[in-house]
Amino acid sequence: MLLCLTDGGIALFCVNPTSWQIIVFIYIYIYIYIYIYMGNVHSDKAGQFFNSGHTNNWAVLVCTSRFWFNYRHVANTLSVYRSVKRLGIPDSRIVLMLADDMACNHRNPKPATVFSHKNMELNVYGDDVEVDYRGYEVTVENFLRVLTGRLPASTPRSKRLLSDDRSNILIYLTGHGGNGFLKFQDSEEISNVELADAFEQMWQKRRYNELLFIIDTCQGASMYERFYSPNLMALASSQVGEDSLSHQPDLAIGVHLMDRYTFYLLEFLEDIHPSSTTNMNQLFKVCPKSQCVSTPGHRTDLFLRDPGRVLITDFFGSVRKVEITMETINLSSPMEPLPERINCTVHILYMCINKHIIPTAIIMYYVPRQKLLRDVFPCT
Amino acid sequence: MVLVVMVNLLAALSIAVVVVLVGVPLWWRTTETYRAWLPVNQINELAELQLQLSVDVEVVFSRGTLMPEQQKKVPFTRTQEEAQKVDDDTTLRYRYESKYRTANIMEEDALKQPTAAEADLSLHTLSASPCGSVVVYVIPETSVLLPQGVDVYIGHRRTAVLRMGAPMSVGKNHKQLLAHLEPRITQVVQVMSFSHTDITAALSDRVRLSPGSKESLADSMRSFKSSPGYEITFSLLNPDPKSHRLDWDIEGAVHSYIQPLLTKLAPLANFSIDSQILYYAMLGVNPRFDSSLEAYTLNADSLAHVINPVEARLGSNAASSNPVLNFLLYVPDAHHSPLYIHDHQKQPVASNAFHSPRWGGIMVYNVNDLYGRGETPLPVNININMEKVMGVFLAQLRLMLGVQSSPAPPGFLVEPCGGAGLADWELDRLMWSRTVENVATATTTITSLAQLLDQIGNILCSLSFAGSVNLFHYINNKLGTVTSLQLAVAELEAGNLGFALQYSKEAILASERAFFDPSLLHLLYFPDDQKFAIYIPLFLPMCVPILLSLIKIASEARQRRKLKQSKKD
Repeated sequence: MLLCLTDGGIALFCVNPTSWQIIVFIYIYIYIYIYIYMGNVHSDKAGQFFNSGHTNNWAVLVCTSRFWFNYRHVANTLSVYRSVKRLGIPDSRIVLMLADDMACNHRNPKPATVFSHKNMELNVYGDDVEVDYRGYEVTVENFLRVLTGRLPASTPRSKRLLSDDRSNILIYLTGHGGNGFLKFQDSEEISNVELADAFEQMWQKRRYNELLFIIDTCQGASMYERFYSPNLMALASSQVGEDSLSHQPDLAIGVHLMDRYTFYLLEFLEDIHPSSTTNMNQLFKVCPKSQCVSTPGHRTDLFLRDPGRVLITDFFGSVRKVEITMETINLSSPMEPLPERINCTVHILYMCINKHIIPTAIIMYYVPRQKLLRDVFPCT
Repeated sequence: MVLVVMVNLLAALSIAVVVVLVGVPLWWRTTETYRAWLPVNQINELAELQLQLSVDVEVVFSRGTLMPEQQKKVPFTRTQEEAQKVDDDTTLRYRYESKYRTANIMEEDALKQPTAAEADLSLHTLSASPCGSVVVYVIPETSVLLPQGVDVYIGHRRTAVLRMGAPMSVGKNHKQLLAHLEPRITQVVQVMSFSHTDITAALSDRVRLSPGSKESLADSMRSFKSSPGYEITFSLLNPDPKSHRLDWDIEGAVHSYIQPLLTKLAPLANFSIDSQILYYAMLGVNPRFDSSLEAYTLNADSLAHVINPVEARLGSNAASSNPVLNFLLYVPDAHHSPLYIHDHQKQPVASNAFHSPRWGGIMVYNVNDLYGRGETPLPVNININMEKVMGVFLAQLRLMLGVQSSPAPPGFLVEPCGGAGLADWELDRLMWSRTVENVATATTTITSLAQLLDQIGNILCSLSFAGSVNLFHYINNKLGTVTSLQLAVAELEAGNLGFALQYSKEAILASERAFFDPSLLHLLYFPDDQKFAIYIPLFLPMCVPILLSLIKIASEARQRRKLKQSKKD
């Protein structure tokens, strides 16, 4: 028996050893392997702060179809929304666009719910959903305006994508699509050229650091063919010429609940928690042809970092970079009395906790300003 | 019969002529994307940025620093210029105009004060230096104004005190004096106004240089980008109102401690301040009990997960799109008191606070020592010590705004800023880097906009959009981008930092208005097959009869010519 010590496929030297030499060889080999592996892990942890170069995360989740039989597209978007919120991105950094209201649709046998698993196991609508663009507001024009930032001045903060050059953005689109286009509201389309131009305008104005684009439609891969801006990674549920299929119908509700690709994507994301170190190469393996019937595709040639070093939480979660405050300022002078009563408005918000009405927030504005749009919860 | 044929011929020909000469140009003009005129040449000129930054330096010699031979040459002026090429499109020129003179009697008296801080105060009362300039007072080596080992003292204003080297090492004549002093004065000026690394960092929008070190990358990620306004929110988190009744005089604290800093920063941006109190707001992380300290601890790794659950509860002003800085004061509940933050080496942090880049800071305020266990009736009234809290928040605010810079070189003593929050020279540093950043961003925006309009032929350019770009804004009488940029660059060259900052702010506002003009969205993109599908049903039925009649006319003309030819023969 010949034993060879290799270095990446090149045989360094080969011997025909006795039994004790075999044991020594194996020992050395394992030792070297562990040493290199531990070294890599150690340097990864130390360089975590600087690996990604982003300081905040945004998500733009769009469902483009209306009508009751397109229930599954709304369920797709809401399940991605739920995962993204669970992993840490707050509502103020998510732009959720749903073209139709399934939870309060007249045909929904269980109102105020949107299920993603049959037998109604998982209600993805929940009680904490903030939809920013709803119904007929979801148009190609509004979507492009959100991406490029060219919104009219009266648009409130929750409807804007206020990303900067250190933001990682996740964009998820679902609906009915074809070769080179995606259908909005059954009446208009967005083409892959327009989408690529919108991303280029975002890049020119440095509105993103890195962008992950996921699309779950028929022939989805055609939508990312025309991208030409740097730092874009794209995933699609099917190639050109293939149809993306839905997963399973629920007989009580009467429609298909989810699409296959997003169903398996949701299953994959349920295993991710905010401090997990799963990387993008695992995400590319989600829903192989045996499960999805269509062939999922991805595109990483425009992305500068190696996908194996990109964490899932770089896009789906919001892991903050944190520094300890080492210095403080010594303030020795006592507080001065206020010159005159500053004009301020006070808002007090109440919540119902254990059947008591308790003030939970007192907000004071020092300059008279427009009211903050927030709901006051009554006690029922 | 000939007449009828002639009339037919003329009719067909005239229709064809009208279609070709009138119809086709009309169709072309009406289906063209409207493009208002833009000063493309001037924009392309701006693509190549050549910035000159001028600093006025005044060097004042006190008695005992100059040799008699050197004294004769004073006062004099010298100009130093340095050119640095950053990349193909960007060059920087630094110009230091130094005026050397001797101190007058009042300045000599001021320099006789016992400590450097008092000297700095009395020097300031004598004259105020304009923003962007630096004044260096040179004192003899034997002077006791500065402590041992300290060669340079930088005060609260724009003055520095420099200790001269030993007379032996300096030399007797003018040239040797300058050779000794110039590098040291350059070093002082670089600390107090700008250094080459600061300016290249400010140009990061234009020039994507790979960061030199991890510290500079962390610096560039930490501070907010230049913006016309910021919103600051102070929040008090009380997870346990049954045990603690917290009282904080936030209005007074903001007025006394934060407002002076913000008033000083007024030329840079508008600030608006909110405060709020949130009840039943918990941290998202469970702290661990450390029996050796008899306290609960939060270690550095779990701090990253603290912010997200809290952020969902914080509100923000719905009307503005300005970046928000959040400062949170967390008072731990009675069951998890006291709570200390540990750094990576498991040591407790003195400030008990941490911050997140481009977001804000959180401070943990322990109150368990203010009440005995089980004896006092709950809830306990607690008055929060705002001095301690504001000391931490002020430090974090300075970091977020980019005031903090690299540590001072050895031998330098920098006076801590104290109650004012910001020294004048720190403000100058900020103004220099902000002006350069604004100019770089505005030029990148406007040149990339011109490039986009070139590349994507389908975008519509309306008049109001053109007004933001052009020389004069049609609607608001504000200056357009191109003019503001040219004025800003001119003021930087002249050394007027205040005006340069104003113009650069206007340039940024105008360029953002131009780039984000809502009318620019009308992308008139149609795939080619759709274009054919629209035009063929319109033009084909019209063109086919014309073509057929032209062919018929041509064949008839040929036949007639053949007939004539055969007749001749």
